[in-house]
Amino acid sequence: MGFLHRHRNLTPYLLLGPGLLYLALFFVVPLGFLAYQSLESGNFDVGYSFTWAWGNYWDAIKNYRGHFIRSLEYAGIATILALVFSYPLAYWIAFRGGRWKNLLLLFIVAPFFVTYLIRTLAWETILADQGPVVSVLRDVGILGHDGRLLATSTAVVAGITYNFFPFMALPLYVSLEQIDGRLIEAAQDLYASKWKAFLRITLPLSLPGVVAGTLLTFIPAAGDFINAQLLGAPKNHMIGNVIQSKFLELTDYPAAASMSFVLMAAILIMVALYARAVGTEKLTG
Amino acid sequence: MTVGENGNPDVRLVDVTKRFDDVVAVDRLSLEIEHGSFYALLGPSGCGKTTTLRMIGGFEQPTEGEIYLGDAEVSSLPAYKRDVNTVFQSYALFPHLSIFENVAFGLRRRSIRGQTLTGQVNEILRLVGLEGMGKRKPSQLSGGQQQRVALARALVNKPRVLLLDEPLGALDLKLRKQMQLELKGIQHDIDITFVHVTHDQEEAMTMADKIAVMNHGRIEQLGTPTELYETPATAFVAGFLGVSNLIPGTVSSSDTVQLRRGPEVRVRPEALQGRTGEVAVGIRPEKIALGEGQSNTLDGTIVEEAYVGVATQYIVETACGRLTVYRQNASPGLNGASPGQRLTLSWSPDSTFVVDSLEGPE
Repeated sequence: MGFLHRHRNLTPYLLLGPGLLYLALFFVVPLGFLAYQSLESGNFDVGYSFTWAWGNYWDAIKNYRGHFIRSLEYAGIATILALVFSYPLAYWIAFRGGRWKNLLLLFIVAPFFVTYLIRTLAWETILADQGPVVSVLRDVGILGHDGRLLATSTAVVAGITYNFFPFMALPLYVSLEQIDGRLIEAAQDLYASKWKAFLRITLPLSLPGVVAGTLLTFIPAAGDFINAQLLGAPKNHMIGNVIQSKFLELTDYPAAASMSFVLMAAILIMVALYARAVGTEKLTG
Repeated sequence: MTVGENGNPDVRLVDVTKRFDDVVAVDRLSLEIEHGSFYALLGPSGCGKTTTLRMIGGFEQPTEGEIYLGDAEVSSLPAYKRDVNTVFQSYALFPHLSIFENVAFGLRRRSIRGQTLTGQVNEILRLVGLEGMGKRKPSQLSGGQQQRVALARALVNKPRVLLLDEPLGALDLKLRKQMQLELKGIQHDIDITFVHVTHDQEEAMTMADKIAVMNHGRIEQLGTPTELYETPATAFVAGFLGVSNLIPGTVSSSDTVQLRRGPEVRVRPEALQGRTGEVAVGIRPEKIALGEGQSNTLDGTIVEEAYVGVATQYIVETACGRLTVYRQNASPGLNGASPGQRLTLSWSPDSTFVVDSLEGPE
């Protein structure tokens, strides 16, 4: 302790250091490399050279505009669905869970014990044309005689909703759980019905959780490709699918890199608009 | 909302029982609280005082019995439909709302808007001494100021009854004393019935004009602070309100008690209230004189002396056990009674009370 005591002003740097170093090595450096790649031209066989090829960005937007829009659309719908489904669930666990709270939370996290890919493959089986869900829906007439779920946008959005559900439910639970029950009693004491007390007290106080959950769901969902690949048809493919195939199959690194940056920019714009709409102070609680 | 102007008490509980599973928190409790009174429910933790308050507020439903506000039976009405407001123990201010919006919360729920709303909120903020603080958030205020916001938020609605659940518990001693007097003043000015729950006998005695001392879910004794202090009905009340010396004895005539290991002492016949057999005689420490002079006497030896400013406290060993005696330090340099000294204690029959048994609190 002697050293730290003498150099107390160094302590913040020692605490920040490891994390910053890690991010610098594994985030900033690769990102810089990716930026460099995005401005290269050439192909895998003849090699790539740095030519300030801004055209890559133009091509990405021009050729894959539909994929970008679809990605934001699917991610947006899945985020809203996850919010709608998990808010009542998180609310119930936080206020009525009692001694079952921890067990119920474990159920929310339980899917993480199985890998992402396997979970999505399981959904492929569940939604398959011969699967139980489709046959029931066909019998009751919600789906036509040869209607299907697999390879539709519904399946992709459902898969994303499911896979990112815990990222929404957990922050919601945390912010709801912190709300002092006496505040709701106080609201009822001041002539607010249960519903009014929810609208005026519980909901605003849980907004930091809503914002955190929304961002944690929307951001990775917009870049996802597993769900579209396994549960969707090519017409449901998202920009993640394109980036993945450009990088790994077509080895068109400049195109893939520039698309990654366009996606990043699109997400940042959406998040900025969202933060503006809900008020930035909600981001920090 | 204007029921009960025909002389009915503001709050009336009839045989109210509250059970939580097997635990009886409140046991066939009946009470009446007159309009405009400052009524304290006083007792140790677990005596049922908070549960009683929560049933009046609508946060708990009685298992049995009836609760009246004015002449309306309300035990099945939810809290938000009762003309009652609460100052919560922890204040329970809404952290995301400004002071103004906290205070305006109840008025907005009752569709009061515009100038009327602003006027009423600012007026009540002025009353509690928080003028101009409306734009701040609760976290920017001190504990004492938060307490005032909680009070303003309840009072602005001009309820029939204001419930206060240990409202001063979180404040330091000096501020608490100050707020006790302020609360009493505010209550006097606005003419609203206050029901106050506390475990602090001094706080109850300072503020309330009626105190119900509760124990095990029932009212042990109901009375003014003076009645409770001067003539406690039970050993529990005698012990809970201030210090008292209780000496066991047997009733020997209509105005005497034979102390078990001491002389016979005189009491007022009213104090006996027809009791016979085993009783306990009680004397408050400040009513015992060091030296002869009063008709009841007891010999003893001083074993401890403690100067506490306003008075000096003596512990005196007697044949009937150790007695506590206070002598007021009315003038400096009173010739000292000191440990080891033998003397006679004396007190008047008029300041002697009698209780049933010696089953007091710890």
